[in-house]
Amino acid sequence: MKLDLILRVVIKLFLPFILLFALYVQFHGELGPGGGFQAGVIVAGTFILYAIMFGAHAAKRIVPQRLVELMVPLGVLIFAGTGAAAQAFGGNFLDYAVFSHDPPHGRELGIFLVEVGVLITVSGTMIAIFYAFTGRGRS
Amino acid sequence: MSTLKTFIEHYNYFITIFLMVAGLYIVIARGNMIKKLVGLALFQTSVYLLYIAPGKIIGGTAPVLDPAFKVYANPLPHVLILTAIVVGVATLALGLAIVARIHEAYGTVEEDEIFAREAEE
Amino acid sequence: MALLTLLAAVTVGVVRMRNLFGVVVLASIYSFLMASLFVALDAVDVAMTEAAVGAGVSTVVLLATLHLTGSMEYPRPRKAYLPLFVAFVTGAALVWGTFSLPPFGTADAPIHQHVAPRYLSESIKETLVPNVVTAVLADYRGYDTLGEATVVFTAGIGVMLLLRGRRRQSAGRTREEHGP
Repeated sequence: MKLDLILRVVIKLFLPFILLFALYVQFHGELGPGGGFQAGVIVAGTFILYAIMFGAHAAKRIVPQRLVELMVPLGVLIFAGTGAAAQAFGGNFLDYAVFSHDPPHGRELGIFLVEVGVLITVSGTMIAIFYAFTGRGRS
Repeated sequence: MSTLKTFIEHYNYFITIFLMVAGLYIVIARGNMIKKLVGLALFQTSVYLLYIAPGKIIGGTAPVLDPAFKVYANPLPHVLILTAIVVGVATLALGLAIVARIHEAYGTVEEDEIFAREAEE
Repeated sequence: MALLTLLAAVTVGVVRMRNLFGVVVLASIYSFLMASLFVALDAVDVAMTEAAVGAGVSTVVLLATLHLTGSMEYPRPRKAYLPLFVAFVTGAALVWGTFSLPPFGTADAPIHQHVAPRYLSESIKETLVPNVVTAVLADYRGYDTLGEATVVFTAGIGVMLLLRGRRRQSAGRTREEHGP
C-alpha cells in the first residue's frame, strides 16, 4: 500500500494549489490567457481528482449533489441576468456600456460578471457529469 | 523545387486533412460505439487545427495586447474554436451517456450485435 | 512540423488499436499534442482549453464509460473496403482544394484583412481588457458565448437525466428506480 500512501499525501498537498491556480486563471483572464472556461474546467478537475483519490462519497460530502445541481443553471442565469440588467439600465440586451459612467468601464464590469457566470456553469456541469457517470456503477 | 516548397508550406493542411479523413474512417468503418465517438472527437479536433493554423502570422505573437509587440495572431478563430472545444466535450459526454444506456439495454455496444438483436424482434 | 507528424502517427494508432483502454490513452496523448501544437501556433487560450478539456475531462468521461461497458472492440467480420475508398476520395478532394489556400503564416492572407485588425486596435480603447480573445468572446461576440453556456448547461442536464438513479438489472431489462 506504499504507492497509495504517496499519492494520497501528494494530492492532498497539491489540491489547494490547483484550486488557487484555477482562480488565478479566472481573474487574470483579462490580462493574459485564461477566462471562464479554462478556470471552470480546472475547478472541476480539482474535485474530480479528489473524488478519484478518496472516493465519490468523500467528494460528495464536500460538494453535495444539490449544490452541483444548483450551480449548473446558476451560471447561465448570471449570464442572461447581466444581459437583462443591461436592458434595465436602458441599453440593448448584453450591451454592457450602460453599466457605468463611461462605456469602457461598463464593458469591463460586464465582461467580469459574464466570465463568473461561465465559470460556475462549466465547473458545475463537469462535476455533475462525473457524479452521474460514477453513480451509475454496479452498486 | 517549387513543388517541394509548396508541399512544405501546405504541410499543415495535409496533416489536417489526414486527421479529418482518419476520424471519418473510424466513424463509418468501425462498429464499436465508443470508438466511433473517439473518432468523432478526432474529426472535431482536426477541424480546430484547420481554423487555427491560418491565423498564425510568422513573426507575430499571441493576441494579448502588450506595448512590446506589434504583430499579433488573428484572435477571431481563437474565439470560435474556444466555443467549439467546449461544445465538443459537452456532446461527447452526452453521447457517452447514451452509449452507457444502450449497453444497459442491449448488453453490448457493438453495432452489428445491436442490429442483429433488433432484427430478431 | 514534427508535432504534426507525431499527431498523424498517434491517429494511425487510434484507428488500428482494438483495446479500448489503449485507445483512450492514445486519445489523451493526442489532445496533449494538439495543445502543444496550439501553443506553437500562438493560440494560447485555445491551448489551455484544449489541454484542460481534451486531456482532462474528456479522458475521465471516456474512462468512466469504459468502466460501465466493456473494454475490447470486436474485429469486423468483413473487410471495410467501401469506407476506406470513401475516406480516400474525400481526402483527395480536400487536398486538391487546399492548393488554392494561402501558404502557412503569411500576413496578407484574406482572413487578416477585415474584422481582425479592428478588434486588435480598438478593443483596448473600448474595453480596457488586454486579452483580445476574452474581450471578443465576452463582449463583441457575447451572444455566441451565451449560446455556448446554454449548450453546456443542456449537456449537463441531459447527462444527469440519462444517468441519475441506480440501475437494477443487467442486459435486457431497463427497470430502475430514480434517486432523490
